[in-house]
Amino acid sequence: MNKLRLPVLGMAAVLSAPAFADNDFEALQKQLDAIKQDYESRITELEKRLEKAEQESKQAPQQEPEIQSVSTEDKPAEIVRGKPKGDRSFNPAISLILDGRYSDFSRDPEEYELPGFMLAGEAGPGEQGFALGHNELVISANADDKFYGRFTAVFAEHDGETELEIEEAFFETLGLDYGLKLKGGRFFSDIGYLNSQHPHQWDFTDAPLIYRGLFGNQLNEDGLQLSWVAPTDLYLSFGSEVLRGASYPISADSNDTVGAYTLFAKLGGDVGASNSWQAGISLLDSDVGERTSEAHGHEEHEEEEHEAIAFSGDSKTWGADFVWKWAPNGNRKQRYLQLQAEYFFRDDDGILSEGEEVGTLVGEQSGWYAQAVYQFMPRWRLGLRYDSLDSSATGSDQELIEEAGLDSGGYKPQRWSLMGDWSNSEFSRFRVQYNRDESSPEVDDQWLFQYILSLGSHGAHRY
Amino acid sequence: MIKRQFIIAGLLSWLIVIPHISHAALNVFACEPEWAAIAQEIGGDKVKVNSATRPMQDPHYVQARPSLISKVRRADLLVCTGADLEEGWLPVLLRKGSNPRIQAGQAGHLMIADYVQLKEIPIRLDRSEGHMHAAGNPHFQTDPRNMLPAARVVTERLVTLDGENEQVYRDHLSSFEQRWKASLRRWGERAAPLQGQPVVVYHRSWIYLQDWLGLKEVAALEPKPGVPPGSRYLADLLTRTQDMSGLLIIHSQYQESKSINWFSDKTGAPVVVLPSTVGGTPGADSLFSWFDTIVTRLLDAQDSAG
Repeated sequence: MNKLRLPVLGMAAVLSAPAFADNDFEALQKQLDAIKQDYESRITELEKRLEKAEQESKQAPQQEPEIQSVSTEDKPAEIVRGKPKGDRSFNPAISLILDGRYSDFSRDPEEYELPGFMLAGEAGPGEQGFALGHNELVISANADDKFYGRFTAVFAEHDGETELEIEEAFFETLGLDYGLKLKGGRFFSDIGYLNSQHPHQWDFTDAPLIYRGLFGNQLNEDGLQLSWVAPTDLYLSFGSEVLRGASYPISADSNDTVGAYTLFAKLGGDVGASNSWQAGISLLDSDVGERTSEAHGHEEHEEEEHEAIAFSGDSKTWGADFVWKWAPNGNRKQRYLQLQAEYFFRDDDGILSEGEEVGTLVGEQSGWYAQAVYQFMPRWRLGLRYDSLDSSATGSDQELIEEAGLDSGGYKPQRWSLMGDWSNSEFSRFRVQYNRDESSPEVDDQWLFQYILSLGSHGAHRY
Repeated sequence: MIKRQFIIAGLLSWLIVIPHISHAALNVFACEPEWAAIAQEIGGDKVKVNSATRPMQDPHYVQARPSLISKVRRADLLVCTGADLEEGWLPVLLRKGSNPRIQAGQAGHLMIADYVQLKEIPIRLDRSEGHMHAAGNPHFQTDPRNMLPAARVVTERLVTLDGENEQVYRDHLSSFEQRWKASLRRWGERAAPLQGQPVVVYHRSWIYLQDWLGLKEVAALEPKPGVPPGSRYLADLLTRTQDMSGLLIIHSQYQESKSINWFSDKTGAPVVVLPSTVGGTPGADSLFSWFDTIVTRLLDAQDSAG
């Protein structure tokens, strides 16, 4: 190390030496030698100190105990007052999630369709081959004694262009009285179970089909949320959100201040030492302004000068979710089993329009998934998931309904997924997933390989 | 069109819901059983104590379960280890529990690590070193001497939160201090033969116990904190320790036993399961019997290792 460092230090010293006679090589040589020696001794001294400190801190137990045989008295006579924890204390917690995949689909993902459902935004199987996933930067901290804030930016690539998306930016109270909490800004809605989880926390690489079909993977919106936790033994929580609804699937009118509201209730508890559960119900009631399909398959049609078909009207989505978790004695380090299922039902009532062409629409879309994830030994997990969707659409203009992709022709999309993953630590995970995807009548065999790394501050063990 | 008045009325109606909170006893939410036991010692019948972690759970790997959220919601005092031991789940609980009384900075928020001397404060923070804790090794509950400052600060907080019962708490404290100091002397005398005893640990969670009893840690089965051992690492460890005699292998009740038993088979060193907290092993169901058990088990194993 010395060898590498010294020439650099020497050069820096020479360059910064103020009195420097051009031809006086001897003086220069002496000066250099002196500097060199000085630095050398200082570096050795520093290294010695560092080594000593390292040994003291790391190998403290290996050293002989200093004084006492077995101490019979307590050590500190007084309470040691809280000590500062270093420079992290006032900085926000920062974490960076790296997510990338390699995908192999037997069908062209550009032609992906989900009969009976409009597709939007990121809702699709993804890209063939190597591709970046959901890379996100999260910054969060308590702003003061009353407020917590979080900001999440997602870096995504679409068609060769890097897009920066603000996924979350919200404040939250650290507890008003009576168990109330207010949250405001942009956040993931608390409807359903999976909706408020970040994609890197999902147990499978992709979202359940019903989330893809109804919310374009996830519902995140600008708005306000008020929630209340009951002071009961059984966990009981109620909440309500008012949402602007600027994006899919609410796509509210630009003149509306509020495009949707939600209601949700969750309850949960423990059963013995080894089991815990949570169940929830939710409602999303939205006033849709202009919901259009932006799926890949439809982009191609744009060349044919098709105007986007838009739905507007009332849309209500009901959801029910249930999670059961088991771990022997509640110790998740070794083994655990996690069962999870959700059901959503959406009722649309309004009009479909394509330019001048207008027709009524009464649509019903529903779907569910159930999954099991089993950690059979530390670091290794296996998972199985089944997705099923159903829909019907009736209206005055059957042709419009068909063009909008809302006519399933009686077809019920379904999908089987099998995954296995390995986590070297809590901060890295590698996953293989196979989907037998029957979103459309023609079966798509999908292989997904994914890595997720979490850098920086410790992630949350949320339920 | 959604009626705005309806939304506003709906939101306001939440504010009118006023829950019934009875203040019969102070609710104490302890993150680990040992702090629950301390709080019970000091609080007596003036407190109602819950522990988030059960003895068989690794406190690093707890999830913010619904039942814990509802307990945090009602807590008046939170007593945790701190030093980032609970960093994966306590922050979530604090946010979801919507309870202003126990947020950081409040009298109801107590991290014992802030009141004891921590060891192994890392110089270099890098996750390639395993599961690091920036503030130092958080397993200080295995040195019973740390229970005294813990009991004192718990007393202070209970007095701050419930001044009416100050005398009760102070009396409990002095009684506890007296009994604990007597026990410390007793354990110290009994454990004298353990001075210099070489041990192999599973996780490096015993350094405070080692310091107290003068045990000598010669190796850890985990290559890095929180990283399970691989076969090559274990083989290396075997060659490194083959010339040592009288070794004991110690681990806590919740740690996996496969690699431990393998290592014990190969070396012939006896395995000692030590309770890492109150209730960790049968018979260790109070603060006092916890350390009784630790000392007894170590002495018994030392005898059998000969």
